[in-house]
Amino acid sequence: MSANQPAPSNTSAAGGEAVAALATATAGTPPLPGAAKSATKRTSRGRLTLRRFTRNRLALVGVGIIVLLFLAAYIGPMFSKYDYKFHDYLAFTQPPSADHWWGTNQGGQDLFALTMRGLQKSLVIGLLVGVISTLVASVVGAFAAYYGSWMDKTLTWGVDLLLVLPSFLIIAVLSPLFRNTSWLIFVVLLAAFSWMITARVVRSMTMTLKDREFVKAAKYMGVPGPVIIFRHILPNMASLLIIDTVIQIGAAVIGESGLSFFGFGVQPPDVSLGTIIAENTTNAPTFQWLFYFPAGCLVLIGIAVSFIGDGLRDAFDPNSSGAKSKGRRRKALAERNEAHLRASMPNKSNDVLSAS
Amino acid sequence: MLRKLANYLILVTLAASLSYFIAGLSLHPQANYEGRNPPLAKSTITKTLDDVNMNPDTPIVSRFGTWANGVVHGDLGKNIDGAPVNDEVGRRLGVSTRLLLLATLLGSIGGVALGTVGAIKQYKFFDRASTLASFFILAMPTFVLGLFLKLLTMKFLGAGTIHFTGETDPEFAGRWDFAALGNRAEHMLLPGLTLILIQVALYSRYQRSTMLDVLGSDFLRTARAKGLKRRAALVKHGLRTAILPVVPLLVFNIVLLFIGATFTEKTFGWHGMGELLVNSITRNDVNSTAAVALFTAVLVLIAGLLSDLLYAALDPRVRVR
Repeated sequence: MSANQPAPSNTSAAGGEAVAALATATAGTPPLPGAAKSATKRTSRGRLTLRRFTRNRLALVGVGIIVLLFLAAYIGPMFSKYDYKFHDYLAFTQPPSADHWWGTNQGGQDLFALTMRGLQKSLVIGLLVGVISTLVASVVGAFAAYYGSWMDKTLTWGVDLLLVLPSFLIIAVLSPLFRNTSWLIFVVLLAAFSWMITARVVRSMTMTLKDREFVKAAKYMGVPGPVIIFRHILPNMASLLIIDTVIQIGAAVIGESGLSFFGFGVQPPDVSLGTIIAENTTNAPTFQWLFYFPAGCLVLIGIAVSFIGDGLRDAFDPNSSGAKSKGRRRKALAERNEAHLRASMPNKSNDVLSAS
Repeated sequence: MLRKLANYLILVTLAASLSYFIAGLSLHPQANYEGRNPPLAKSTITKTLDDVNMNPDTPIVSRFGTWANGVVHGDLGKNIDGAPVNDEVGRRLGVSTRLLLLATLLGSIGGVALGTVGAIKQYKFFDRASTLASFFILAMPTFVLGLFLKLLTMKFLGAGTIHFTGETDPEFAGRWDFAALGNRAEHMLLPGLTLILIQVALYSRYQRSTMLDVLGSDFLRTARAKGLKRRAALVKHGLRTAILPVVPLLVFNIVLLFIGATFTEKTFGWHGMGELLVNSITRNDVNSTAAVALFTAVLVLIAGLLSDLLYAALDPRVRVR
């Protein structure tokens, strides 16, 4: 697999190299056209992937954390006595107690209820942005590469332009837009600025896929372009797209909290984890629970997402070390192949959204 | 190369203009003057806004014309207080550089070193510990990490042991003698540590994976076979190859940090460029916002060119045409 890595190109704008590494990594796994359909006979690819995934303990921990967080966010408030909007005038900045599980803030709001509400928002926004941006990226990337010529030129140029635009600044400037409307506009904006790097990867992968026999066969049989893209090309990079969605979810949660921290994101009276932390910044040194609980939830999401992403990457790549059962894992050969995949790790750093 | 440069230039111009239009249309500079008590006369507000070229009644295209004309002549316009944006940017650039230069250097070197060691000792205790630690740090947004460090020092050293708000204590402001330097270093400690931790965590992940890739390669075995010591082979042949794919990432992150240290600067009260980004928007300061956008676009351009050049310099296979 490392043998067919092309010589690195020097045409990299934002982080192109890491992207190229990811592209070659996933391109190296043999695509199995129509694998989903032949599920009956032997172990299907999906089940194989699942088995490899469940062998990875950290990945399972990640899934467990996410499930627990979701349950807590949506079911937890039912058991709590207080609504997140309710101000308890008898308990201002109280430490955690039996009554207020996670204490209260300066306005007497129950921190548990607030954090759960914020967690809901952060999780939903993260999920939506992750899914939307990966969808947009796959469509744009695949169409650009498949049709080539002017379509390719316009789309790649648009991608370059969006990469140069300071996304954090633009979203912040536009934040009055969703002050009085819905947070869904915020989701759209976040997604609009987070798909470009993935689109480049999809484009370079489509370039190699479109010369494959099964694509050509479909083409000569008269299957229209868009159908080929959605039925033959994109399913062949499902592994990349799934992994990317997970990574994007993590990036979106962090980006969202950052924007909300400055008041450019989720708007009051609604809350997200970012706004809760921002609100309590000045009080945090004295009333530490105000910081540790919401920040802890945020960090848990991030850790869980990266564990899952890592596990998925190992599970999808048949050569990676994590995929092997324990006895064979020590084989040195496998370690080499793992490297490509790891290269794509926290890929979003070029995004101003996740800037430090 | 020239064509690429031209393309970059067009992109930068477009991005900056687009940002100006977006900022000019959606920010409301008049909000700074309306609703005051006693109320200002309408004509006064109009006059003030006209002076800084932010009057919303002037068509956006003509406002843009004035601004663009200034920019071409090296003048970024006036900010909402009527002071030249140039001066402010210059001052803030100094602050950001002082904060970032050392931290970025240490962070990059540390990240590459940690990643390399992690790869060589794969699955040993050191590797596992550093991997877990970097996962943990990368899962934290910067402001959480900054606040966390603040709380930790307060808890274990007591409040006020380390002064971390702003660049210096007020009495040392603007001084560069020996005592002031010590004070500056103290103020640098926590924000610097925040930046270093994040960069080390990020770069080490990449460096570890590229290094792992190189470790099993034939040329490294050849280097050992011709009699090089393990260390020499790893550094001369391994590290040099492994660092190549990380270079563009390093360059982009280092250059963009000048604008991207927003959270660190805000958390620790440094008045740098990152802070200007947030403040200009909250103050509806169109010209400052546009200046920040222009600055970012130029940084991206510089980073793109720089990473191409560095790549060509490091990789004998690439020749720049």
